[in-house]
Amino acid sequence: MIRLAVVSGKGGTGKTMVAAALADISTVPQVLADCDVDAANLELLFDTRRLTTEEFRGLEAARIDLEQCRDCGICADHCRFGAIVRRNDAWEVDPLHCEGCAVCTYVCPTGAARMEPRVCGEIYTSATDRGNLAHARLFPGSGNSGLLVTEVRKRATSLADGADLLLADGPPGIGCPLIATISGVDAVLIVTEPGVSALHDLERLVTVCRRFDVQIFVAINRFDLAEDICKRVEDYCEKEGIVVAGKIPFDPSVIDAVRNGRPVTRSESPATDALRALRKSLFAELGFR
Amino acid sequence: MKIAIASGKGGTGKSTVAANLACTLALSREVALVDCDVEEPNLHLFFPDSAVDVPVTTPVPEIDPALCNFCGECGKFCRFGALSVLKDRVILFPELCHSCGGCSLVCPQGAIEEVPRTVGRVACSCPLPSLTLVSGVLNEGEVMAPAVIRAAKMLAEGHPLILYDASPGIACPVIETLEGVDACILVTESTPFGLHDLRLAAEVVEGIGIPAGVVINRSDGQDEETLEFCRERGLPVLMTIPFSREIAAVQNRGGLICRDLPGWEERFADLFEAVVKIVGVSP
Amino acid sequence: MIVGITARAAGTDAPVEQRFGRAPYFVFVDTETGKAESIENPLVDAAGGVGPRAVQMFSEHGATVVITGQVGGNAARALGMGGIKAYAYRGSGSVAEALAEYTAGNLQPLPL
Repeated sequence: MIRLAVVSGKGGTGKTMVAAALADISTVPQVLADCDVDAANLELLFDTRRLTTEEFRGLEAARIDLEQCRDCGICADHCRFGAIVRRNDAWEVDPLHCEGCAVCTYVCPTGAARMEPRVCGEIYTSATDRGNLAHARLFPGSGNSGLLVTEVRKRATSLADGADLLLADGPPGIGCPLIATISGVDAVLIVTEPGVSALHDLERLVTVCRRFDVQIFVAINRFDLAEDICKRVEDYCEKEGIVVAGKIPFDPSVIDAVRNGRPVTRSESPATDALRALRKSLFAELGFR
Repeated sequence: MKIAIASGKGGTGKSTVAANLACTLALSREVALVDCDVEEPNLHLFFPDSAVDVPVTTPVPEIDPALCNFCGECGKFCRFGALSVLKDRVILFPELCHSCGGCSLVCPQGAIEEVPRTVGRVACSCPLPSLTLVSGVLNEGEVMAPAVIRAAKMLAEGHPLILYDASPGIACPVIETLEGVDACILVTESTPFGLHDLRLAAEVVEGIGIPAGVVINRSDGQDEETLEFCRERGLPVLMTIPFSREIAAVQNRGGLICRDLPGWEERFADLFEAVVKIVGVSP
Repeated sequence: MIVGITARAAGTDAPVEQRFGRAPYFVFVDTETGKAESIENPLVDAAGGVGPRAVQMFSEHGATVVITGQVGGNAARALGMGGIKAYAYRGSGSVAEALAEYTAGNLQPLPL
């Protein structure tokens, strides 16, 4: 099975639109993974039927048992994350700031501080009209999205069932969720756009991807909005030896498709033609027929 | 006054709003603009200028080989797997370390000292006479974004008016950015994705208790669902930026619409007034 | 020599677990005496950093060889630096069968 992650250094380049289009017009049996757990949107574009829902537990968080607390405040002195706060004249753990390091449990003289599992999201598997989908939701403010991504990828692998392609929609950025998405994949498709910011983010993202043993491809979305910067993106890719697998024109039908909650490739348009060409050249590079 | 500009979804134009707002305000007052999107800091591209770099370090353990007897207590304590104690050596994984200080606390030999390790930098510049730009930059491959955000915010501390450009999403870096702010501008676009992610971001600011309003970007005039959501949640719509190729072209080449297109400076000044209103105090 | 094997349950009849740091059990077998000791892995539900912590447990039990399915980057680095060799067993057999394969020289070393 070939594992392909669609990523973008910067949000809003059309990554999910491209991932959904590839999933929609793919010619091989596939399984989908929505690794953009902060904003999981793939589900909104396909007809999905929920198969399973599980709690996601990240790191444990501390809790202070007020029965045993002698109010000494030693835990608050030692907490480097400012997670032990004074509320209603008592010490309390603010779960938004607790990193789960357990230092408070070590320094507490009475054993009042303890570690407890913390539910910070949900992991789902769903059946869609374009293959099984693993996805998740992170509760607002919960950390550890990298670990949740790892769990989503695990579910996707177990749902694969003879699929030839695992297609992951990755998170924006270059932090731990991105690293969790691309570690162990065979190829990444970076969706970028012709903008000064986007080019800067592309360069940072390529630096990170180079640390992993992955093939790197680039797709330039809305390439015709700034042909001169598009040329700079292409020159950069050529210098780096990165294949530009496709260029998608600016096309109002993309906005329509997103608004109507369906992949853009469900109707004919210049963008659809470009995405078909992208699919073809990308699959050829990956060794699919 | 401290204003954060955030969005549940990436690419809604959050940084563009932040840059235009800062540029407009800098015409009439001192402004500090802090780029807290440390994984992909972009604001410096709108305001090119030479910057002074301040390194951001986090403490990581260093083990004194003369004192360590490989008892393994530090490795057992560390919940992040940053230390692995073997028969005759301790292996450190500094990129896994969360700098909690637990290892040096539990070491019975007093063999662990904490030493600074660079995970990023903060770049400070003065691109306009009244604008200070403070950009947090996380080194590639590092995970301690909150430490860099904290440092960037600290360097801007003391300015009467601070704008923070948050990272997209709703994870720990956003929480770190929202710490201590007076108001939050949520930037969205009127698509189902945009609305889905706005909902998440609104939950976060509501949870922390920060007054917030919404900027609808790339509007094609069909914003009914977004407007309905804002009404339901009592979120005022502070500004609507239409989709146009003209605006997209200015932004793609790194320009600012408040400078390059007529009428936008006034609109961003109005945006600020609208934010002041939701905070309920004068800046 | 002590060989540590990742397993789904206690004892040498238990099936081998492919995951290293998150295996439910570690079975340590002394190849000289044939004696086996099984310990439950406290890291099975831990959130992160399980690789380096599991390596420390193998080291504590005196293991110089590990048999498992695959190891992550951090665990590989710790094993390599600690001079512990790792071998890949990708079959569905028991701990005893994996050990026999290792003794017969049929297992491939994992790159550390």
